[in-house]
Amino acid sequence: MQAPFERIVQDYGLNVLRVCRALLDEHRAQDAWSETFLAALKAYPQLPEEANVLAWLVRIARNKAIDELRKHKPEILIDQDMDGPGSGMNRPDLQLENLQLWHEVNQLPGKQRQVVAYRYLGGMSYAQIAEILSGSEAAARRAGADGIKNLRARLADQELWREQP
Amino acid sequence: MNEKNYRPQATAAEMQALDALHGQLVERARAFELVDVAYRVVDSPVGSLLLASTDAGLVRVAFESEGHDRILELLSEKLSPRILRDKTSLDGTARQLDEYFAGTRHSFELPVDLQLSTEFRRQVQLELGHIEYGQTRSYAQLAQQIGKPKAVRAVGSACATNPIPIVLPCHRVLRTDGSLGGYLGGLQAKTELLKLENPDFAGSAATLF
Repeated sequence: MQAPFERIVQDYGLNVLRVCRALLDEHRAQDAWSETFLAALKAYPQLPEEANVLAWLVRIARNKAIDELRKHKPEILIDQDMDGPGSGMNRPDLQLENLQLWHEVNQLPGKQRQVVAYRYLGGMSYAQIAEILSGSEAAARRAGADGIKNLRARLADQELWREQP
Repeated sequence: MNEKNYRPQATAAEMQALDALHGQLVERARAFELVDVAYRVVDSPVGSLLLASTDAGLVRVAFESEGHDRILELLSEKLSPRILRDKTSLDGTARQLDEYFAGTRHSFELPVDLQLSTEFRRQVQLELGHIEYGQTRSYAQLAQQIGKPKAVRAVGSACATNPIPIVLPCHRVLRTDGSLGGYLGGLQAKTELLKLENPDFAGSAATLF
């Protein structure tokens, strides 16, 4: 029995949103979210029952994020964007409690950013991430750990994230 | 490490964003004809009701006691898993139900989709629509009405499996002795509906003792 698609949206909408926001600026993240679930709805009846739905969704989201980047800014591709700053999240009008965190995730070097996004925002296993990034599980684990270390270092510099005494 | 899928908690801002995105998704999915079953939940004097429709019409009305999640799973299995919650597509149905519960509507003008029923049951369920507001029939009378006077039991099961209660008024069918018989939404709901339509209805008291 396949779960009603509405439940898929309820269960994983947030994971996909966080992945999209980590990979793209706010406007494109919303477009990518929408494209992801539309494509997923279309393909859903053919999805094997034993499939990991979250991994499937994050894979679609990643492809949609690449589409979004190609569509609006052909010179940047997430696989090549290894060292440059993230593609946005500088909009001051966003009233997100975690804006700072998204911003920092977005500033991570390319591979770290992707692994952190898939792992901590998308909730995927390192094995699944390795499959998506065509690398080894160990490499994904390393990139994830480096990304978190980097995030800690950056966030610790900022008063906003200091622990309350 | 924990390799299970991680279920994060949404912030208020994220919930708001997801709500807006959900609305857009439903709209776009409709435009691409990717929604096979749309549903919404409405409040009523007999508890919250799940309303589900296909392109053909209203396909299911479910009482809270049936378990809305379970019913959605059944619809996913029997019709299609392309099911989305849609706040607007069932506006007309919700409005007519409101009017019915307010006592201002005595019959429903809605397309219905009885694809969940077998042919015989469909025949019985459509016949239910001919029992007028405030009136009741016995299972035996209903069997006679469809020209199968011996099929009283089968008529009873057809009423018991009516996928569109209230709109197709199986609550207006009672036992020959006037006692309530059964009801998917519970006997209390059946009594409430009969009393709404006819304040003099006293059938429930007779059956309790």
